[in-house]
Amino acid sequence: MTASDKDSQPAEADVRSRPLGLSLVWLVPIVATIVGLSMLFKAWQETGPTIRISFQTAGSLTAEKSPIKYRNVVIGEVADVKLSSDHGQVIVTAKLNREAVDFTRQDSRYWVVRPRIGTEGISGLDTLLSGGFIAADPGTSAHRTESFTGLESPPPVTYGEPGKRFVVKAEDLGSLDIGSPIYYRKVRVGQLVSYELDHSGDSVNMDVFVSAPNDRFVTADTRFWNASGIRIGVSADGVEFDAESLVSVVTGGIAFATPPDGQAEPAETDTSFRLYPTQEAALTPDKGPAQIIRMHFGHSLRGLREGAQVDFKGKKIGEVTEISLDYDPVTETFPVIVDAKVYPQLIGDAYDKLLRTQTIDVGDNQQSLTQALFHQFVRQGLHAEARQNNLLTGQLYVALAFVPGAGTDVVADKNAGAVVEIPTQFTSFDKIQDQLTDIVDRLSQIPFDRIADNLNGSLEELKQTLTSINRDTLPSTRNTLQGIDILVNEMSATLQAATATFAYDSPERQRIGHTLNELERMSRSVRDLSDYLRRHPEALIRGRKEHNTGTLRP
Amino acid sequence: MTPPSAQTLGLCLCHRCRLACSLATHPHHCPRCGDALHFRKPRAVSRTWALMLAALVLYAPANLLPIMHTQALQKDTSVTILSGVVELWQTGAWDIAVIIFVASIGVPVTKFLVLTLLLITVQRGNRRSRRERTLLYRALELIGYWSMLDVFVAALLSALVQFGLFGAIEPRIGILFFGLVVVLTMLATQSFDPRLIWDSPDHHDR
Ligand SMILES: [Zn+2]
Repeated sequence: MTASDKDSQPAEADVRSRPLGLSLVWLVPIVATIVGLSMLFKAWQETGPTIRISFQTAGSLTAEKSPIKYRNVVIGEVADVKLSSDHGQVIVTAKLNREAVDFTRQDSRYWVVRPRIGTEGISGLDTLLSGGFIAADPGTSAHRTESFTGLESPPPVTYGEPGKRFVVKAEDLGSLDIGSPIYYRKVRVGQLVSYELDHSGDSVNMDVFVSAPNDRFVTADTRFWNASGIRIGVSADGVEFDAESLVSVVTGGIAFATPPDGQAEPAETDTSFRLYPTQEAALTPDKGPAQIIRMHFGHSLRGLREGAQVDFKGKKIGEVTEISLDYDPVTETFPVIVDAKVYPQLIGDAYDKLLRTQTIDVGDNQQSLTQALFHQFVRQGLHAEARQNNLLTGQLYVALAFVPGAGTDVVADKNAGAVVEIPTQFTSFDKIQDQLTDIVDRLSQIPFDRIADNLNGSLEELKQTLTSINRDTLPSTRNTLQGIDILVNEMSATLQAATATFAYDSPERQRIGHTLNELERMSRSVRDLSDYLRRHPEALIRGRKEHNTGTLRP
Repeated sequence: MTPPSAQTLGLCLCHRCRLACSLATHPHHCPRCGDALHFRKPRAVSRTWALMLAALVLYAPANLLPIMHTQALQKDTSVTILSGVVELWQTGAWDIAVIIFVASIGVPVTKFLVLTLLLITVQRGNRRSRRERTLLYRALELIGYWSMLDVFVAALLSALVQFGLFGAIEPRIGILFFGLVVVLTMLATQSFDPRLIWDSPDHHDR
């Protein structure tokens, strides 16, 4: 006991004691503490806020498994899924990451992503494999909260997406819905974000979002129209068929365009627009004040319908608004009353010119300018007629035209108010019909019997003529042919003489033979000379050598 | 009766080359390797305490932080030691769960408890059940490296499961702390001198 203590002393004395009396080994736990604490602190710092989201159904959410994603990046995890106390909702408790604090802003949105067929195709298919997840969209509000109401369907437009929102007022929603596409020149540029009934209850206010940079095409003069479904219109112009896209056929859509003379300045956010029912209605230029005209037609107007166009020299200046029947007790007939709206300004520059040059007699001040103008036209012979435009569809339109010298006095009908009565004219189509009948009548009046008799007589005469030809003309022809025969004989005699001239032993032939022989000899001497000259070119200068004489034959 | 200790015989074991030196001839240094001579490992108790406390401190982040990150087809999960064990148990692999639990929780905790027990009894000069305590120490040395099982599991999985899009396992910081815990507990066990158990004042009394 004591011995061991004493014995251990000398060895211990040799150990140099450190100044603080602390072994360096204590640095290890100190460092460990610092590192451990820092790690724990970091981990604690990374644990973000806990939020509660209420949903109608839990979908495929699983506690401690389903993530919360933003742009497909996990920003948190579902911690718990349970029913609310009144069983009316599902309360999802979620833990967000530390950096996801922006997702606690009051207007942040959460929705469960599930497979869905929408206007942009099929989405969320990946959730079939991985299970559902909650998608989030951070808000911009300054207030923060811990409980949110989850959306049942994904919001069409997420925060921070560049673009502009506009309000489009429509009479009814039609087949449009949230997410319905917005088209510009048939290119999808945005979508319907939300809609609500106007406070007055007589229109639907739709919130549309046009994403940048295409939002600049929306100007104060832009017209929006309903581009839903397929438009098949049968009108005097024939059959029209149009659709923005297959998607708009199914889900409806809105298209917009700016008239060429419209403003180029982009519209402000939240500018209000009107939704026109059709593209045509939207893009028709401002028609100016309308004048209602009334026409009485005596004949049937089958094929004329409301909306049919009213033409003036081929230019559309209005449309039929109402077709009704009247009873005339005097003639005991049922004339057709056609009411139409015409827009004199649609005539264009001619209208302005007209107003400048014509002195319009505005009778009493209750008459409008256009009314007075139309009264003047009637006095000058303006008539209306129902014309057939398309023989296939049988559609009618109303044409206004001046009939020279057919001016009538204006019937000042007090009951008519601002309506101008236009005298009518018998329809040109009916005229054609009458003419056709006429033609048929005349055809039936043609004396076919007599014509046949005459033909018989003519044929008899023809027969006689042929007989006389046989009898008189043919013999003389035979004489002519005999003359030709003689001529041919003479020609062959001439040819025989010619042949005799060139017979084998004729002197002409012998002379030709001589000439040919001479030519042959001449050409041979020329060839010899050229041979000699080729071998002895000096002969041209020195002359021919004597001993070579033998080589040259004459 | 216990046999006499080296001290009473005036002998001292060189800690470096294990030569039994006579204090009479070489009171301070080993004649063979020249190392300073100590009867016991110097500052064994405080060193063991320090290392063990360090290990204990690091044991917290090792358990709280994720040790592995599993990424498979849209599903990313980070597992801590305990959640991994629970998950294994729930998926039916209870045998592996037990092994992992024993290796990564049972063994370190046992080590901490045993070391604390040994240190306290030695410091108090407790004379009871010295033989059992020595056995405990030997068991401690034996089970020490088994805790590395977890580290190896994580390292192996991380190396093997790399299927890109379909799945991958990555180690996380927790496993580093766990490895440090294991190393530190082993160092602590080593720096403890079991002879101290027998050094209490009255070793005749048993
Ligand atoms: Zn030595």
